[in-house]
Amino acid sequence: MLDHDILIVGGGLTGLRAAVGLCDRFNVGLISKVYPVRSHSIAAQGGINAALTNNPDSRDDSWEKHTFDTIKGSDYLADQDAAEIMCKEAIKIVYEMEHWGCPFSRFPDGTIAQRPFGGAGYPRTCYSSDITGHVLLNTLYERAVAKGVKIYPEWFVTSLCIEEGRCHGVVALDIRTGELIPVRAKATFFGTGGYGRVFQHSTNALINTGSGIGMAYAAGAPLKDMEFVQFHPTCLIGTNILMTEACRGEGGYLFNNRGERFMQRYVPTAMELAPRDIVSRCIQTEINEGRGFDHPLGRYIQLDLRHLGEKKILERLPGIRKICIDFIGIDPVLEPIPIMPCQHYSMGGIDVNGRCASEIRGFYAGGECSCVSVHGANRLGGNSLLETIVFGKLAAQAIGEDLEGGVPQSDEKPLLQLKDKVDKKIRRLAAPGREKPYRLHAELGAVMSEKVGIFRTREELEQALNKLIELKGRYRDVGVSSPARHMNYELTNTLELEYMLEVAHTIILGAILREESRGAHFRTDFNTRNDTDWLKHTIARMGPDGSPAISFKEVAITRYQPMERKY
Amino acid sequence: MIKASAYTFKILRYDAKEPDTKPRFATYRINVIPGLTVLAVLIRIRDEIDGTLSFRSSCRSAVCGSCAMVINGKIDLACRTQVAVFDTDTIILEPLPNFEVIRDLVVDLTPFWQMYDKVQPYLIRRSPVPEKEIPQSEEDRRRIDQFVNCILCACCYGACPVLAREPDYVGPAAAAKLERFVLDSRDERPAGALSIVNDEKGVWACDTLLRCIDACPKDVRPTDAIVGLRKTMLKHRFQNLLGKAKDEA
Repeated sequence: MLDHDILIVGGGLTGLRAAVGLCDRFNVGLISKVYPVRSHSIAAQGGINAALTNNPDSRDDSWEKHTFDTIKGSDYLADQDAAEIMCKEAIKIVYEMEHWGCPFSRFPDGTIAQRPFGGAGYPRTCYSSDITGHVLLNTLYERAVAKGVKIYPEWFVTSLCIEEGRCHGVVALDIRTGELIPVRAKATFFGTGGYGRVFQHSTNALINTGSGIGMAYAAGAPLKDMEFVQFHPTCLIGTNILMTEACRGEGGYLFNNRGERFMQRYVPTAMELAPRDIVSRCIQTEINEGRGFDHPLGRYIQLDLRHLGEKKILERLPGIRKICIDFIGIDPVLEPIPIMPCQHYSMGGIDVNGRCASEIRGFYAGGECSCVSVHGANRLGGNSLLETIVFGKLAAQAIGEDLEGGVPQSDEKPLLQLKDKVDKKIRRLAAPGREKPYRLHAELGAVMSEKVGIFRTREELEQALNKLIELKGRYRDVGVSSPARHMNYELTNTLELEYMLEVAHTIILGAILREESRGAHFRTDFNTRNDTDWLKHTIARMGPDGSPAISFKEVAITRYQPMERKY
Repeated sequence: MIKASAYTFKILRYDAKEPDTKPRFATYRINVIPGLTVLAVLIRIRDEIDGTLSFRSSCRSAVCGSCAMVINGKIDLACRTQVAVFDTDTIILEPLPNFEVIRDLVVDLTPFWQMYDKVQPYLIRRSPVPEKEIPQSEEDRRRIDQFVNCILCACCYGACPVLAREPDYVGPAAAAKLERFVLDSRDERPAGALSIVNDEKGVWACDTLLRCIDACPKDVRPTDAIVGLRKTMLKHRFQNLLGKAKDEA
């Protein structure tokens, strides 16, 4: 049994920021299933929003305006008090990261550079060329090393231990040795990231299974707003690698097969810089109506950067250029980039409040795995990196306060029992099974991308639900090739698959029930927003029969009354 | 229609938990379409043919640094290497050199991270920070650019001929990380901080054969860092001799 005051699960930006904020005062342990610098935060490209007013065009920007853009972008589903806190904190945490060494790009006057992003009234996205996630994650990892944070790299958490409304810690698998280890903690914090890999077409890393979300749910923590899934407008065809919104922020155009800048027909004011949900729907409509380009890997739209010129592309978007050359043999200086929309971000997640506390005593969550909610029905570009660091910091403060009064260490017994349960589960998986896990995963991804995508209908969602229930049944017959537990990625993938199925179940059910269109959730059979009936959060709890039981929760409205969302 | 071609993959298999079983090549026949990466093939082998195959992977877009290995004799990331670029239909995959193998293509990176930790890989400030950002000119920011791009994939460490004979050598990536801070206009580490790499196991061990530069998937030139650190140290030594050192810790 391993003991910590505070156990942090996840080595991305949220987890590291929480650890850095707590390690001076408490005995903190951080578990990550990969080396922390491999976490998916590394892949964020475009930037982090904060109203610094450094850009000559943003002199009268303010955190209040940032808050308004965030709430409007959320299609009024964000909790306004939480959005306010995030946008106010934004300025402090960007300066803090800079003071810790983050190498932001600079303006000629030596201040942090800022670029325009979708759905924002001012250019307020701070960046480091097109590797902003990379520089932020490295900076926080460097801080964690400087502070001597205790890290358990390549440990995979298999289960969360909740009993009688209190969280006791986790059971983890040391991937290298194959040993199962119960970890006891007074407070457990999840910064485990999103669930992109539940979808076949996703920009997300292979590790983004959403297992942290599914695990919390299976242990009894409620999830919130799971039906809200962000589809990023511009993902490279084939591999679905993200082509940052900064491509359009820096001035890139979208063209259909008639050579039209088609955004003119949909959102003539914001054009390519409308929010992501809107641009994705426009692109998908162009493709569905036959105005896309054909490619053996699917239909696509062109993202054209050529008019920006080689100098600007090399300076502001060098990573994008390299990815295009490496992965599809196209140099964006000379040719347009073939793109399509695909799954990118999870607005929903573990239901927590503005202090990152869940309703389970001792269990906290932050970043993409959580839902505060600051993004509501649609997240603005540049607000995700922001959320990770702000709520990592706020979680550290909240957990610190909650433990200050002296909380007793948990009982060993529930953890030892849970370890036995996990042990039996792994033994069962190692017996010869009739179903190959990868096949179930592939079928899950296909049905989610096909039927729970940008445009949804009751009929297709119900087909997805039936398929999901079939897959859950077949999961009981899943088997892995080898009983060896060390470096057995087939085993960890299979353990995660169980949680992915749970995550998918809550997404589909939430999407079926929500009979309106709001932000990224678009129902062709209910194609307008309906505030009278649906200005509320969806809460999913695992019911006694293993299916989600849905209830609803009020949205916090402070000073921005919901109005029509026009750009 | 996309036409697939048949390829033979030979993968070096070994499990440190079974030291009596010697490393051996396992052979897999796979149909590959143009554009398919080595990582995509590895995933297919693990999924469909042999669930026991071990390799690391995550971002599949050459930014996370998980999947460094030797591909037909060349060190690179499996995720950014397309199968079709080789003039042969046989692809040989081996774990990164200069590390102990844990299992198959997974190596023990502990020494790599120890060297990283050793160089104090973080910004050191002695003067108080301003309320807003510490100003930095565009030119000063550009100076650290190539070293900022390092993704810590350890390709350079695997390629380094010095590490092959001197396992305690600090290695190219850690040197590049240190130089990233030494060159940062905001960093105020004392000159003495460089003493950690100022010996025959530090930057003076480098043979400047530039293998690290060839191996880097992100166009970082660790040798520039090593040469830069040597120059800085010589400058400090020279200043010391003249009694002009102002900034010693």
